[in-house]
Amino acid sequence: MFKILRKSAQTGLVTIRYPEAPAQVSKQFRGAPRFDFANWRDARLAAGVCPTEAISIREAGDTRQVAVDYGLCIYCGECAAADPAAVQMTQQFELAAADRRNLVVTAEYAVDQEGVQCELRRMHQGYRPEEANEKLARKVRDRIHRVLGRSLAIREVDAGSCNGCEVEITALNNPVYDIERLGIHFVASPRHADMLLVTGPVTRNMELALVKAYRATPDPKVVVAVGACGISGGIFGRNYATLGGVDQVLPVDVFIPGCPPRPHALLHGILLAVGQIEQKGTPQ
Amino acid sequence: MKEIYLDAAASEVRAVAAGLLASGCRLTATFAEDRTAMEACFYVYYVFEQPGDPRYLLVRTPVAASRPVFPSLAAEIPAVNWQDREIQDWFGLTAEGHPNPRRVALHDNWPDVHPLRKTFSMDTVLPPLEGERHLFRPTLGEGVFQIPVGPIHAGIIEPGHFNFAVAGEPILYLQLRMFYVHKGIEKRFEQLSVNRAVYLAESISGDSSFSHGAAFCQAIEQAADAEIPERAKRMRTILLELERIYNHVADIGAIATDVGFVIANAHASRLREMILCENEELTGSRLLRGMVCPGGLRRDWQWDQVEHLSAVLRKFEREFSDLMRIIETSDSTRDRLERTGILHPEKARDLGIVGVAGRASGVNRDVRRDHPYAAYDSIALQVPVYQEGDVLRRLQVRVDEVRQSLGLIRSMIAGLQPGNARVALPPLPPDRCALAAVEGWRGEILHWIRTGPENRLERCKIKDPSLNNWPALVEAVQGNIVPDFPVINKSFNLSYSGTDR
Repeated sequence: MFKILRKSAQTGLVTIRYPEAPAQVSKQFRGAPRFDFANWRDARLAAGVCPTEAISIREAGDTRQVAVDYGLCIYCGECAAADPAAVQMTQQFELAAADRRNLVVTAEYAVDQEGVQCELRRMHQGYRPEEANEKLARKVRDRIHRVLGRSLAIREVDAGSCNGCEVEITALNNPVYDIERLGIHFVASPRHADMLLVTGPVTRNMELALVKAYRATPDPKVVVAVGACGISGGIFGRNYATLGGVDQVLPVDVFIPGCPPRPHALLHGILLAVGQIEQKGTPQ
Repeated sequence: MKEIYLDAAASEVRAVAAGLLASGCRLTATFAEDRTAMEACFYVYYVFEQPGDPRYLLVRTPVAASRPVFPSLAAEIPAVNWQDREIQDWFGLTAEGHPNPRRVALHDNWPDVHPLRKTFSMDTVLPPLEGERHLFRPTLGEGVFQIPVGPIHAGIIEPGHFNFAVAGEPILYLQLRMFYVHKGIEKRFEQLSVNRAVYLAESISGDSSFSHGAAFCQAIEQAADAEIPERAKRMRTILLELERIYNHVADIGAIATDVGFVIANAHASRLREMILCENEELTGSRLLRGMVCPGGLRRDWQWDQVEHLSAVLRKFEREFSDLMRIIETSDSTRDRLERTGILHPEKARDLGIVGVAGRASGVNRDVRRDHPYAAYDSIALQVPVYQEGDVLRRLQVRVDEVRQSLGLIRSMIAGLQPGNARVALPPLPPDRCALAAVEGWRGEILHWIRTGPENRLERCKIKDPSLNNWPALVEAVQGNIVPDFPVINKSFNLSYSGTDR
């Protein structure tokens, strides 16, 4: 007993203060890539190496449409290595978004004979909902936030994850991130939960269990899709055994990109879903 | 270190296998590939480990498409029970002589499809899955109850369905229904270029990202006849051991939690976090992703990164000793762990149990020593082996291995010479086969590939140690009380995703 107390006293306080204080992350950490859309010469370099086709290209005559999907990105840095002039890895991880379309940036270029992009014609970053819809959505959201904002019970559902996301979600319970300091705790049953935190591309074999867990969760409830797989199927995609993302099965309130999202990013997304934090957006 | 191939007709397989077993070989895996388009047949492979020889021996037998039947060795060698049934499910080949030829990988409510046949399209949309998933064997008798658990479990863990038959508190029988997280990984490998496929390998089992990634790259390097630089070998060894450390220390904490010793887990999970942060310092990823590549490592280290690692390990070692002193001096913890969840050595041997669970039950095997890769050939590895096979010994193997890994990393750092961390690989020749083995923190990981044209793969077979070890859990829980199930399960800590792929 004395040994245990002495060790605790020696250890002292290890808990971080995020989100009150900014996150301390390693200089080596790879967050979201930033694209220099205005000066991008050839998107094929980056698109050609992207493992999940998060950078996709559509050619039509002298026009090239490039789409960057942060919901598919696994933050590997291949694009930045292939085209360092146009792509840089940043340390940004607060990427969670309430609308799937907010994770996609599209740009339209004029291309010359060699296929080099010579002019940025149009760019579309993020998505603005119609004003009226937004008001209604906000009203509903506010009501949910009033109920869930102060104390939140989360049921985690692995719907086909590789268990990478589980490694990081488990870390939220360690003394460093200590999610309970924010009034948030993980519960054993969906019947005790306000939020379903769902990982994985949703396998055919987990589809029914996921839907049953959702039905068993009392209203009001929020659903958060975690990681590239949870958002889009990630590297597994949509195939005979997977459905390609949580929103194929359930209405999703917040998407948390990452492969896996680091614990800070998970915290950011969870707090975003209950209205305690603002959306940050993709790197500009 | 190349493997050996031995061709045998289907009618000879049993005799060949009997001869190999008599000479001390051990059957570790079976798998198949569809060559009907090229050679008008399937091939079934039986992977043997030879005593005292670092090369694996693969017995290969052709199976005609017109008579899709292969000899199953599962009756003689229970270790391949699931793997032979997988061949049935994935390829539609009948496992002749299998004592329990039910589906294992495909749930009973799946239609009659064989996803790894070349004629089956990855994008096939299956009809809604309805009806019974799996018929569990009835367990009957006065006072016998069944407890169904899962697929969603109470904790933050992966999904699978357990069916317990109990009489009062003791567990009479446990049946497993896995493959809830099957996501078509082996088929997906056939779609991706090799460079992209590395990332898929890293997603076979997230907590073993680096081990699976390294195994995959080893297979590619072997198929390309390439040797990676000495520096890359040492760097890979360091990262493999870091993966072992962070998972072992997490398991030590989780085992303590499951017997109600939460303060020990608070320290253990803090120590795991220390290593995860160091992983990020070294690779940019807390799970060591995006680092390994065919030819070496994607990023080289600056000297200050290596010094940082040394400093962190010194602190870790001190704290790990404190943690173990807290756990080892707790009599009530020892009381709960000792003689709990016993896996007898003879059962471990018969079931082909690998890794930590095997070594706690007398199976003296470790890929790092028996089939050296990366820089392990430069080390004399002392493999910890215990005979008791209980939760305490599975904990103890982890403790011994953490201490050993710390020493290993230190010796790797000491010999880390400047030089390249990566070589460019020559173009990958088509139609080459290669087998790579890595001792992941759970145990033996195998990747077998056949290369195709244009830097792609015709086939990639993945064997995670979890696939070997699930039957051990069934044996270990028998006669134990239900409240001890979580700690027994945690002491194996198998990967569902690695099993189900």
